[in-house]
Amino acid sequence: MGEIVAARRVSKVFKTGKGAVEALRDIDLTIDPGEFVSLIGPSGCGKSTLLRLVGDLLTPTAGELVVNGKTPAQSRLDHDYGIAFQKATLLDWRTAIENVELPLELMNVGRDQRRARATEMLEMVELGEFVNANPWQLSGGMQQRVAIARALALRPPLLLMDEPFGALDEMTRESMQQELLRIWRETDTTIIFVTHSIPEAVFLSTRVVVMASRPGRIVDSMPVDLSHPRGVDTREDERFYTTLTEVREALRGR
Amino acid sequence: MLRVVSFIGILLLLVAIWEGYKLLGAALGGQWPGTEIEMKPRPDNQNMPHVWDMVAALFQPARRGGDSLISALLVASAYTLRSAVLGFVIGGLLGFGLGVAFVRSEMAERAFLPYVVASQTIPIIALAPIVVVWGGRLGLPSWMGVALISTYLTFFPVAINTLRGLRSPEWTATEMFRSYAARPTETLWKLQVPAALPYIFTALKVSATASIVGAIVGELPSGFGEGLGRALLQFNQAFTSDPSKLYAAVLVASVAGIFFVALVTLAEWLVIPAGRRVEN
Amino acid sequence: MVGERMTASPDHRAGTAGVGRLAPAAVALIALVGLWEAAVRLLQIEAFLLPAPSAVFTEFVADASVIWSAGFKTLIEAVGGLVAGTIGGILVAFVVARWEAVRLGAMPFAAAVNAMPIVAVAPITIALFGLTNPVSRMAVVALMVFFPVMINTTRGLLSADANELELMRSYGASGWSILRRVRIPSAHPYFFSALKIVVPLSLIGAIVSEYFGGPQDVLGQYITNRAQLFQFPDAWAAMLVAAILGIGMYSLVLLAERLVMPWHVSVRTSDQR
Repeated sequence: MGEIVAARRVSKVFKTGKGAVEALRDIDLTIDPGEFVSLIGPSGCGKSTLLRLVGDLLTPTAGELVVNGKTPAQSRLDHDYGIAFQKATLLDWRTAIENVELPLELMNVGRDQRRARATEMLEMVELGEFVNANPWQLSGGMQQRVAIARALALRPPLLLMDEPFGALDEMTRESMQQELLRIWRETDTTIIFVTHSIPEAVFLSTRVVVMASRPGRIVDSMPVDLSHPRGVDTREDERFYTTLTEVREALRGR
Repeated sequence: MLRVVSFIGILLLLVAIWEGYKLLGAALGGQWPGTEIEMKPRPDNQNMPHVWDMVAALFQPARRGGDSLISALLVASAYTLRSAVLGFVIGGLLGFGLGVAFVRSEMAERAFLPYVVASQTIPIIALAPIVVVWGGRLGLPSWMGVALISTYLTFFPVAINTLRGLRSPEWTATEMFRSYAARPTETLWKLQVPAALPYIFTALKVSATASIVGAIVGELPSGFGEGLGRALLQFNQAFTSDPSKLYAAVLVASVAGIFFVALVTLAEWLVIPAGRRVEN
Repeated sequence: MVGERMTASPDHRAGTAGVGRLAPAAVALIALVGLWEAAVRLLQIEAFLLPAPSAVFTEFVADASVIWSAGFKTLIEAVGGLVAGTIGGILVAFVVARWEAVRLGAMPFAAAVNAMPIVAVAPITIALFGLTNPVSRMAVVALMVFFPVMINTTRGLLSADANELELMRSYGASGWSILRRVRIPSAHPYFFSALKIVVPLSLIGAIVSEYFGGPQDVLGQYITNRAQLFQFPDAWAAMLVAAILGIGMYSLVLLAERLVMPWHVSVRTSDQR
């Protein structure tokens, strides 16, 4: 088994009214358990598409994709991953805890167990006091924490995140990044994280995968050599800056 | 507070315009000054009774020695509401079912939705007299024939808004349910239907009024039954002898409409929490 | 039919479709009419329940001059009331949008009136203006049209983007200029969605008012009379005329919308598809 994601020559072509659009061409990518991998690139480079292929929300046009040792479809049916989007996508008619319970409910987990698990998750994202709050009463950052709690409710080995902090202000964003790193270390989850912020990618990841567009492809895959746990000091570390520069240059195509 | 004051102010303004027109008419002798042209509507008590006379008429006997007009009208309202509510419930359920069918089958939607939409631009209520004859020929009690019209009028708005509402969840919410490997029925009941509720209630509020209109209109051509439609016709004929009764009847019909919509709104408040309610 | 009488924020999904997308609808129409005709013939459905399309069409042609002249009279009532109610609704909307104190009471008041079966006032307007006077019916239509137009136009005038208003103020624009350049254009989509609601409503109001008595040569009376004489194909043929008038008026509104606000999303997107 080994790797949690293994893509070999994966391509995705969208057929539109005006002809075919090549979203991804010949993607080769392997991700090992425990990694925190960021996908970064200009808009239209197919990073979100790649994330959706892994989650079986889209189907590859060509190539071979294995997720957690199975086909993507099977791993979706087995609830092998949780997902979070740029918009928190909370259901308005459910309270915070009921939103976290949703995936458990769909797995037919019993009521008491569901409650207990969801409470635990909300405490982990430090929203213990807001269990019964309605989504519209929560700030953007808090909503996103609920979404993360929900994504982790089934203890999936893999967490897919599509620009989850993209709509947050800079201050909230940095504290959420800190929080996410803590959760990642506590839960042994593998995370694939789509972003277009270079500092965010470098600060969070063990590896940054740089993509380019037209057609969408991977141009570089660079390990981030920064020690854990990371914190305020990390952002002032000299290696942080050199890595930023490397990623930036990779994005420019050097 | 200001809201209430303003509301009452508007009401008083309308009463003042009515009574002012009457006063003006009395002062001018019912003719526009300097012309031979008669004021229309005629500002006399025969055509435009005082507002207080209309209200007073409610509490006088409808017929010599009978019950008060208001109790007679309330009975008539209950009769009409029975048809309207029955049709409303059936039409609402059918409309909801069709909305679900459309969202499930794109082919059905493409084939039939254009006609559902087009039917909104057609004065379908013109069919009322025919529908009532249907009911009679099929041996239904008259109030059930009338309910058919209300069914019809409720059905289309609810179907269209149900479809719109079922489509309303964000794309990411749909993806999320897919990521949980949720079955279509789970997605329907846990995502699409809750999301559609505000849309459905919007349609229901419109339909509540429409179904009363339908019931009243259905009672007209045949003049049967004991509902508001017949009461309106009857007091219409008696207009020359006692105009305030017709005005009073219209007043009660309006209150019946408001009452029905208020009930639906109450149901909406119970079902949909405050933060999600769309402003109407 | 009564559609969305009150809500109607502008509909962004009004899509006209390509020929391919229309195919299922065309097939469905032909199939429906065919099935209808076959069912009536084979099952010998009585005409009171459902006359055959061929019988309806025969009457539609044979009685054309009478039905169309009735349709025209009804149309005049509908349009007269529509114009009066729309103008009144717009004028009051300006007042209501301008003063918050008025608005606070006017909006719930309008909502209450919208909940009333307005057609019930038809006997009163008939008594006031005369049985044969078309103004009796126009008044009912005007009343039905007034409130949706007023509510939506008010919302539209208030919907102007805060940044746009600030921008205008930064230019030192006068209140009148802001009204003309920002508020009125913002109200256009709302106004048109109100029109789409009230246009069908106006025909309904006219026809239903006719049920309360009056001249015999109008659509509502024609339908009632023929139905009572069990001449159902005639009644359905008149219904067909009503439908044609309704769709015709609605199409005119769509056309006007395209001419007045080609910049709006609802118009743009339907062009692209």
